[in-house]
Amino acid sequence: MTDGRLDTGVAAGRLSAEDYAENFADLHPPLDRHEAVVAADRCYFCYDAPCVTACPTGIDIPLFIRQIATGNTTGSAKTIFDQNILGGMCARVCPTETLCEQACVREKAEGKPVVIGRLQRYATDAAMTAGKQFYERAAPSGKLVAVVGAGPAGLACAHRLAMHGHDVTVFDARPKAGGLNEYGIAAYKTVDGYAQAEVDYVTAIGGIAVEPGKALGRDLSLAGLCTSYDAVFLGMGLGGVNALGVEGDDSEGVIDAVEYIAALRQASDLATLPVGRRVVVLGGGMTAIDVAVQAKLLGAEEVTICYRRGKDNMNASEYEQDLATSKGVAIRHWLQPKRILAQSGKVTGIQLEYTTMSDGRLTGTGESLTLGADQVFRAIGQSYVTEPLEGGPSVALEGGRIKVDGEGRTSIAKVWAGGDCVAGGDDLTVSAVAMGRDAAESIHKSFNTRSGA
Amino acid sequence: MADIRSNFIGIKSPNPFWLASAPPTDKEYNVVRAFKAGWGGVVWKTLGLDPHIVNVNGPRYGAVWGADRRLLGLNNIELITDRPLQVNLDEIKRVKRDWPDRAVVVSLMVPCEEACWTDIMKQVDDTGADGVELNFGCPHGMSERGMGSAVGQVPEYIEMVTRWVKASTRMPVIVKLTPNITDIRYPARAAHKGGADAVSLINTVSSITSVNLDTFSPEPSIDGKGSHGGYCGPAVKPIALNMVADIARDAETRGLPISGIGGITTWRDAAEFMALGAGNVQVCTAAMTYGFKIVQEMIEGLKNWMDEAGHPDLDAFVGRAVPNVTDWQYLNLNYVAKARIDQDSCIQCGRCHIACEDTSHQAITNMVDGQRRFEVIDEECVGCNLCVNVCPVENCITMVPMAAGAVDPRTGRVVTDDYANWTTHPNNPARVAAE
Repeated sequence: MTDGRLDTGVAAGRLSAEDYAENFADLHPPLDRHEAVVAADRCYFCYDAPCVTACPTGIDIPLFIRQIATGNTTGSAKTIFDQNILGGMCARVCPTETLCEQACVREKAEGKPVVIGRLQRYATDAAMTAGKQFYERAAPSGKLVAVVGAGPAGLACAHRLAMHGHDVTVFDARPKAGGLNEYGIAAYKTVDGYAQAEVDYVTAIGGIAVEPGKALGRDLSLAGLCTSYDAVFLGMGLGGVNALGVEGDDSEGVIDAVEYIAALRQASDLATLPVGRRVVVLGGGMTAIDVAVQAKLLGAEEVTICYRRGKDNMNASEYEQDLATSKGVAIRHWLQPKRILAQSGKVTGIQLEYTTMSDGRLTGTGESLTLGADQVFRAIGQSYVTEPLEGGPSVALEGGRIKVDGEGRTSIAKVWAGGDCVAGGDDLTVSAVAMGRDAAESIHKSFNTRSGA
Repeated sequence: MADIRSNFIGIKSPNPFWLASAPPTDKEYNVVRAFKAGWGGVVWKTLGLDPHIVNVNGPRYGAVWGADRRLLGLNNIELITDRPLQVNLDEIKRVKRDWPDRAVVVSLMVPCEEACWTDIMKQVDDTGADGVELNFGCPHGMSERGMGSAVGQVPEYIEMVTRWVKASTRMPVIVKLTPNITDIRYPARAAHKGGADAVSLINTVSSITSVNLDTFSPEPSIDGKGSHGGYCGPAVKPIALNMVADIARDAETRGLPISGIGGITTWRDAAEFMALGAGNVQVCTAAMTYGFKIVQEMIEGLKNWMDEAGHPDLDAFVGRAVPNVTDWQYLNLNYVAKARIDQDSCIQCGRCHIACEDTSHQAITNMVDGQRRFEVIDEECVGCNLCVNVCPVENCITMVPMAAGAVDPRTGRVVTDDYANWTTHPNNPARVAAE
């Protein structure tokens, strides 16, 4: 639309090459040394700091910031990686505004927290750019561990196991490792192939073999893994996308947001990616925001997020909502899909019903409105797919996901799990890292206990 | 509106803010800019005998910074003026002629020979300057040649030179003192005995600001070597205030006019020096950090405070804090204060807790009923003020005196209005028996 051209329907190449480059550039450019020191100087080095408590991986934030301030950027990176080996990606994708930065005392004091996420990126980028590896493997233990899923949970687990001297094989169904870091997440949050660089950085410790293109239930079975390995970690995330369950859901142009985002992340040329002129996104989480903003940045003329509850119920943070509206995305609340309108099998619009809370339950009011649309994105949540584990040892589920205890142990011996596929999580990258790391410690402990017995 | 006109030992200036003898007053160009900006006076950068000295051609300054690279302390190895004497004298004469309402005082440093001093005094007299300041303070370079602080560290020399100068001039004489000495009262008394009209202090503190850990050279580094310099700026203010107060309340020097110097950056700093007995103040580092414009804040801030506090002129508050400076032994041991934390302004950084817990008296909670909360435990609080000092929020923690009649939960004793100090305390082996 840069030249005022009207491309109706779904079309690729809506923008110039410069526009694509600008739109998908780093959302937050890295801090330079001066900016980092000024930002670091604002940290009060709190006692029992609330930011640390708020971090799912418990990074010693005041310490790493003080290390930046004192010119020990390398030490700062180590402080971060000690707790979170994927600290570089978390620095980019964590909703810090609802985690460490929300807890920062300067948020309370002045409404302006220390920019912890950007400082974390400053330190981790410096160490990774310098190729600085902080960890050496312990003497080989002779133990073999299979990790299913090369996403944040699996990678964190593999790294910690490798540190302890165990040999790890990481299987992933996709052609590349990285999980959602590679196939999810808005492109402008992780530019320049960062996800793969991080995979390389993490696996550089040694003792980690990555086997892409191997899916559980297709190429591997849990029973087989349990036989061949001393322990198994399941970290395969969520394979399913919730259906709309309304008429016309199967029309051309009704797309799973996660698939579209994956295609966008893998596209070598964004101009080849078709996007609608008028786009409707259904959902209220981070995925809804990510697909809506990126559709807009790809040149969609109108992008509307429709969410069936109110603003306060949205899983997307306030910051992400503001980001979307600042990019020109409209967010509408209290609307649920009623029917997809289509002509010749192609989406032309969507009928939505107004909703309200009645006696604590969400109900339709009967009134509806229609929005014209060439594309409708489903971003109403993902689900754990049970099929890959069927036919093998029975892993107990809870609320449709794998049940684990505080250390990540599943209901069967030798099998741990973590990340989005387990029950009770918050679907955050940083939480997946914490679960993978902790499961690795639990696995390691179990080896010692068993060998000592 | 408060009247801030100053009359310091007969030298009049429209305000009490003078620029100290230092790089900002090295030449006409700078001094004229300073007067245009509003400075009440200058002490011209120290003159010496020809041939003029030379400076290093590398870095002259080193620094200490606080958060956000705020300059807290500056160190210099610059010497006295490195321009010919006559050039300076001509400029001084011209500046004084063009700016008759401003104070122009000339700083001097020549060898300890009477002829040297008598001779230079004649030349300065000719410029029409308002007074002279004898530089017995600079701790670097010139002191190795028997001048500057080498004189200021020997009270007999101070008295001798001061006497020579007083005998040779019509002008008021200010003696500038070095802080690089054990007890500032001795050089001050010597200046007084020699007939000085005033003392000015402090000159800079001998210092090394930092060490380069790549080259292992002190900073500032001249071809891999460093030399101690003179430290100034906000960091030295407490040292200067104490020395000013020492002179102001000493029996021998009481009433001797003082020009206060040392880290003065704001109107408030200036007012504090004057409250401790300084008749006016001299400023350098603040101007070197921010430029001459800062005097506007000083002038307006001082006037505003004087108006609000009801001080019509400078005399109304100069020296007012002097009677409140006392020796430790006379402090009231019956005064009991406890820290109070205002929970509304507390941002829960926890620094008060950890400072008290790790290094002091275990008198601040970090958890109350399972919640992060910082409260003072009166049973343990000795009222030390550390929590106030480490708290990042002004006035969040305050020290509240206990009322007479209340029981101090730490000691179990009833607080009394009666004054009692160490001199009569039962634990004092040398106590004076109470009547």
